Amino acid sequence: MSWLGGHLGEIFQLAWQHAWLAGLPLLVGLAIALPLGWFASRNTRAYVALVTSAGLLYTIPSLALFVLMPLIIGTRILDPVNVVVAMTIYTVALLVRVVADGLQSVPDDVRSAARAMGFGVVRRLVMVDLPLGVPVIASGLRVAAVSNVSIVSVASLIGTHQLGDLLVDGFNRAFAPPLVTGIVGCLLLALLFDGVIVWGARVLTPWLRGGTA
Amino acid sequence: MIRFDGVTKTYADGTTAVDDLSLTAPTGKITVLVGPSGCGKTTTLRMVNRMIEPTAGTILIDGQDTAAMEPAAMRRGMGYVIQHAGLFPHRTVLDNIGTVPRLLGWDRRRTRERSLDVLERVGLSPDLAGRYPAQLSGGQQQRVGVARALAADPPVMLMDEPFSAVDPVVREQLQDEFLRLQAELGKTILFVTHDIDEAIKLGDQVAVMRVGGHLAQMAPPARLLARPVDDFVADFVGRDRGYRALGFRPTPKLPLRAEPTLVVGESPSDMSGQWCLVVDDRRRPLGWVRPGDLRGPVTVADLNRGGTVAVQGGSLRATLDAALSSPSGRGVIVDPTGALVGTVLAPEVVALVEEDRVTQAEAGSSP
Repeated sequence: MSWLGGHLGEIFQLAWQHAWLAGLPLLVGLAIALPLGWFASRNTRAYVALVTSAGLLYTIPSLALFVLMPLIIGTRILDPVNVVVAMTIYTVALLVRVVADGLQSVPDDVRSAARAMGFGVVRRLVMVDLPLGVPVIASGLRVAAVSNVSIVSVASLIGTHQLGDLLVDGFNRAFAPPLVTGIVGCLLLALLFDGVIVWGARVLTPWLRGGTA
Repeated sequence: MIRFDGVTKTYADGTTAVDDLSLTAPTGKITVLVGPSGCGKTTTLRMVNRMIEPTAGTILIDGQDTAAMEPAAMRRGMGYVIQHAGLFPHRTVLDNIGTVPRLLGWDRRRTRERSLDVLERVGLSPDLAGRYPAQLSGGQQQRVGVARALAADPPVMLMDEPFSAVDPVVREQLQDEFLRLQAELGKTILFVTHDIDEAIKLGDQVAVMRVGGHLAQMAPPARLLARPVDDFVADFVGRDRGYRALGFRPTPKLPLRAEPTLVVGESPSDMSGQWCLVVDDRRRPLGWVRPGDLRGPVTVADLNRGGTVAVQGGSLRATLDAALSSPSGRGVIVDPTGALVGTVLAPEVVALVEEDRVTQAEAGSSP
């Protein structure tokens, strides 16, 4: 307990770092996955190609991707941008399929009604497909959020500081308090992200709360 | 007016959905496309607003070739109603109805006023305006579907089995209200159904299609029943054709017999008598009782409600049915407010049917 009391400031600093290293890629990744997923949802060949390559990207071990990043994008080895970009790649890999499936989750009769009433392609996307895809996209975002929080902790090995530092520290010294704090911290952060996404999806889908006739 | 001129739809796999179809849906009338599944009726409908592009032939709306129109803009000028309504689940009833006006660029206030107005027109309470579709019954959803199609007041309506997914009682109500609305609005309507009874009830003219997208016969319903062109049409319009055709003949004036009545709570004066008609305090028929079966004053539970009632001057079919279905054999005739006018016997109605047939034949205008 005394260890915890003495390191509170440092812990919050690391948690804050962890939050944006995991959170920023989530937002950027969603922004990239939306147009890609939309494209995939409109074209079967694009769907197969994009979903397959996204699956392959996700199988690259995180440590390898972190280490390769500077070579690919020309950043310095200790630059936290490496982590942000790598995490964005993972997020996109997870979300492309989810966005495509979400946009396709609109019932056929609703889709043809929209066409028959004279919606153009873009208007239908913004006013019909996207709002109705929110539940599916949000569920994918929850998986991506939790996965990001967990993967980011590996970045301690390439010198980007966040809650993973506590795990490395505890492991190296065979000392429990930082290990437990690191695990609990990651868990709380994942719960926080999850809660925010669930709340956001709820706000965006008022029609799912009205009950039925 | 919607005109199909030699329209064919062939798919890439070689199947022909619609084969050299030519027909005209006149302005202000309901034209029903009816046929078994696979006859190309929905394909035909969807070619009008170019949801499906014809392989050959032209479709003209008021003389304009639809192939030359911009699809999205053209669709906003046509109401479209489908089975299960296809409402947007994420938008309120009012926003659903206002969809096309908003697409046309109306401002919020005008859209809102118009939407509320149409909501009421289709017989729904303004209280439902803020609900989501999932909070409505199937019948209410279908009404909202019709309201949404009517919102921008399009001259043309395309309706694809709009009443097929609701239960028979609600379907009948929706059909009746649809006819009432059409009498006010006079839209040019192309209506698809697989149900010949619905086609005959709603259509000003009925186009019977057969598998492979051929037009088998196009005629007003009475003529379709009286003169099917071939075995396929005869089979498809079904049995009871003679009886159903009576639905299009008004009942001439006929002498009615006065019917002694009872009200609930009364005891019949002659306990040995045959069937007795029970009415409410406004003389609307409730049902029949047999005094011999009673143990005291008439209660609601004693009523036999088997008989239908016919409105005076209604169709011969309704009048005959009232006589045939009545447990006493006396068909109950009411005035438009539902109050008892008198009763009629089946042989009297049959005599009228025969008289009607002879006059029709002599006039040379047999349907």
